[in-house]
Amino acid sequence: MAKAKLMDYDKALELFEPVLGFEVHVELSTKTKMFSAAPNNFGSEPNTNITPTCLGLPGSLPVVNEEAVRYSISLGLALGCEIAESSSFARKNYFYPDLAKNYQISQFDEPIAINGNVEVELPNGRIVQVDIERAHMEEDAGKLTHVGGSTGRIQGAEYSLVDYNRAGVPLVEIVTRMIEGAEHDAPELAKAYVATIRDIVIALGISDAKMERGNLRCDANVSLRPRGSDKLGTRTETKNVNSLRSVERAVRYEIQRQAQILADGGTIIQETRHWHEDTGATSAGRPKSDADDYRYFPEPDLLPVVPDPALIEELRAALPEKPADRRRRLKADWGFTDLEFQDVVNSGLLSEITETVAAGATPQAARKWWTGEIARLANAAEGDEGIDISPAQVAELQQLVDEGTLTDRLARQVLEAVAAGEGSPREIVEAQGLAVVSDDGALIAAIDEALSAQPDVLEKIKDGKVQAAGAVIGAVMKAMQGKADAARVRELVLERAAAL
Amino acid sequence: MSDISAEQVRHLANLARIDLSDAEIATMTTELGQIMEAVASVQAVATPDVPATSHPIPLKNVYRADVVADVIPTDKALASAPEHDGSRFKVSAILGEEQ
Repeated sequence: MAKAKLMDYDKALELFEPVLGFEVHVELSTKTKMFSAAPNNFGSEPNTNITPTCLGLPGSLPVVNEEAVRYSISLGLALGCEIAESSSFARKNYFYPDLAKNYQISQFDEPIAINGNVEVELPNGRIVQVDIERAHMEEDAGKLTHVGGSTGRIQGAEYSLVDYNRAGVPLVEIVTRMIEGAEHDAPELAKAYVATIRDIVIALGISDAKMERGNLRCDANVSLRPRGSDKLGTRTETKNVNSLRSVERAVRYEIQRQAQILADGGTIIQETRHWHEDTGATSAGRPKSDADDYRYFPEPDLLPVVPDPALIEELRAALPEKPADRRRRLKADWGFTDLEFQDVVNSGLLSEITETVAAGATPQAARKWWTGEIARLANAAEGDEGIDISPAQVAELQQLVDEGTLTDRLARQVLEAVAAGEGSPREIVEAQGLAVVSDDGALIAAIDEALSAQPDVLEKIKDGKVQAAGAVIGAVMKAMQGKADAARVRELVLERAAAL
Repeated sequence: MSDISAEQVRHLANLARIDLSDAEIATMTTELGQIMEAVASVQAVATPDVPATSHPIPLKNVYRADVVADVIPTDKALASAPEHDGSRFKVSAILGEEQ
């Protein structure tokens, strides 16, 4: 694949205005598929979660999963959409073996939810309103593995193997209206928009929302409009973007690629492009089909969905707080500075800190642990397993510090033991005898010994050179194996030196 | 007069993966045109107060509870496939048509 020429990003923004649009697919975490009672499980052996309906076998009939409809309505409401009084399914016809029946059941002219709006907050604090055109229900397709050829990609493959476990998994596709005015922030907006959708579906509890598993997938539409023109440019649709970071990179790449082509006098081809994580580039896919070519028609095997208004109100009342509202509330409750709060949001630690505060720690103490020592341990942990520390354990650890049982240094030591699975902080303190020695008698004995071992230091302290006490404090802390409060040791050293 | 052109029939045949000869396309163009005219005669009697319908019976909200039921054993599912590798269906590599 020849590497495309890219224009410098700032220069591209000087010449053009980026116009964006997103299609986000959310896999719902129902127990069964959209139109059949096959299990909706990730990671099963190939072709074990299939029914005749998933395979489109003759005589099989789809029946709508009621829970999937409820999830879809909840999602529509959370996106600020109107729920359609009546909505219906349609067949989207195409030939590709990821679905065995040569069509996908989707929604076309009567989607379940329309005309919504989501508030997206960018890392720089800017808030952008993204209008939602529609959210519709459909089924996912099966998974193809291309075999043969050198790259493992479809190009050069000799044949493909198909696993239909994913065929028929419930999906909601969320389509935005055209987004103008993102300007320089376009790549960040792309990432923040997908993160917002992820936060919403997680808060609703309707999807596992793991991008690396394809639970949440984003197609990013990008076009460029020359400055001073009101004519929209030709757009491309980048697919296969499966991480938040990739969404941002892919949009930035397309802006730079298209800008270079246009500046060189070329034209943008309306097409699907594939994002390649390894090279950080997009490559041309198929030319974008006209909607007409899908020959949509009403699905004769399924009846309209006409939700009871009482159900809609029940689901509306059960909606969780919007992620943007929650952030505003937490920031005010916790009293963090903008910088502190943004750090917490960007690290994805809102829930951990909320729970740690609920378990009794102060917000600042919770923030300090999660963004500091725990983040450091997590980064140092090998592999992608992460580390297992609960908010309750963090609150307990902080309590041990507050009551004087642990110094900060000892607390960090205990935290490592918690991460290693050795038990709760209190159990570890007891098992390892890590508590601070708060018995002044024991401290004084150690201090007297250290002072008599270093008579010259004692003289200096007596002469008023209190900074000389450091050597004695060091010796005492060593004798106590670090299990002493250094400030208290210092006090006692000065007292004893004066008395001797 | 038919609204269907030979070019449209050729395009539809291509989308449907049906290989038609020029003679067949000519026949189909005439026949599809006649079908379109028949449908158009229905449109003539439809009035704006009759909503479009996709189903003859006024049923709605026919649902299934979200409960797992029996699946087909993998070997049985694969048995009717022309080719498989023991757990997956084997198909010819098709370039550039993924959705």
